[in-house]
Amino acid sequence: MKRKRQNFYIFPTVNNKFKQAPFLIERGEATLKLKNNTLILDDTDLEILEALQEDSRQTYMAIGKHLGIAHSTVYDRIKRMEKNGIIKKYTALIDAEKAGTKRITAIMTVFTDPKESEKVAETLSSALQVLEVYTSLSEELQIIAKVAADNQEHLHTFIANSVAPLPGVLRIRTSILTKKFKETQFTIVNNRKS
Amino acid sequence: MSHDTISKILRMVPREKAFYFFTSIGNYTGESASSLKEFMDKINGINVKSLEFHLYRGDFEKWVNEVLQDGELAVEVRKLQKFNLTGDALRNQLYVIVSRRFKRLTSNPSPIRV
Repeated sequence: MKRKRQNFYIFPTVNNKFKQAPFLIERGEATLKLKNNTLILDDTDLEILEALQEDSRQTYMAIGKHLGIAHSTVYDRIKRMEKNGIIKKYTALIDAEKAGTKRITAIMTVFTDPKESEKVAETLSSALQVLEVYTSLSEELQIIAKVAADNQEHLHTFIANSVAPLPGVLRIRTSILTKKFKETQFTIVNNRKS
Repeated sequence: MSHDTISKILRMVPREKAFYFFTSIGNYTGESASSLKEFMDKINGINVKSLEFHLYRGDFEKWVNEVLQDGELAVEVRKLQKFNLTGDALRNQLYVIVSRRFKRLTSNPSPIRV
């Protein structure tokens, strides 16, 4: 039976152009365009990625057993995807509340002069307080960033001293996040279920 | 007051030392002031919420004292907090205080060009 072709994204865990930029991978004859060559991902690669996104600490043997393939195949394919930057790194998802970190998070919308927006986004991306940076399509050019700080005063100090003075910043709107209802990354698993 | 001190208070400060007007935490209006004259001029046009926000946080007083280095004006601005003014009453009083100081500094026997 021919599988329905789907598109899905893999979020790398390190900077692409700005923070948290997604790759688009097409399902079926999945391709990821690299600089000078094209890497083909088949269903087995995608199933390995899916297994790693569920639990990246499981062994090659366990993944191979689950997928019905040799552990050496799993090893080779993972190494190939690591080498080509599809798998960026293995990390831990931490519950900040349970870890006892009392930080506040805010969504900051920065309206910018189009000529300077690239520089503003790059500068924001390099700041430790900034967790994610995006540009958005709207009538005015906006950069949307997720910012973390110890408290409201530190948040304001960062924005007043390090963001407002940047050339090209026209104005800023900030919303401090209060209650979190859901947080997840877009994964292969999510996409298959949708 | 020496000519040098007056010049220092009236000088243009670099972009990173300018005063940036916010209306609340993280909400920047897009207006800034790089000198006492610019600051005085902005008072009449800026959203009054911004004046209320900064006055009662002590931001004006801090900037005037630490960046412009005008301790005398900083004291006057601090005193204004005690009156708990809001809206245009606050705007008018702040303008009176700052413009009076500006006039005094610029009408010095050896006038300063700004």
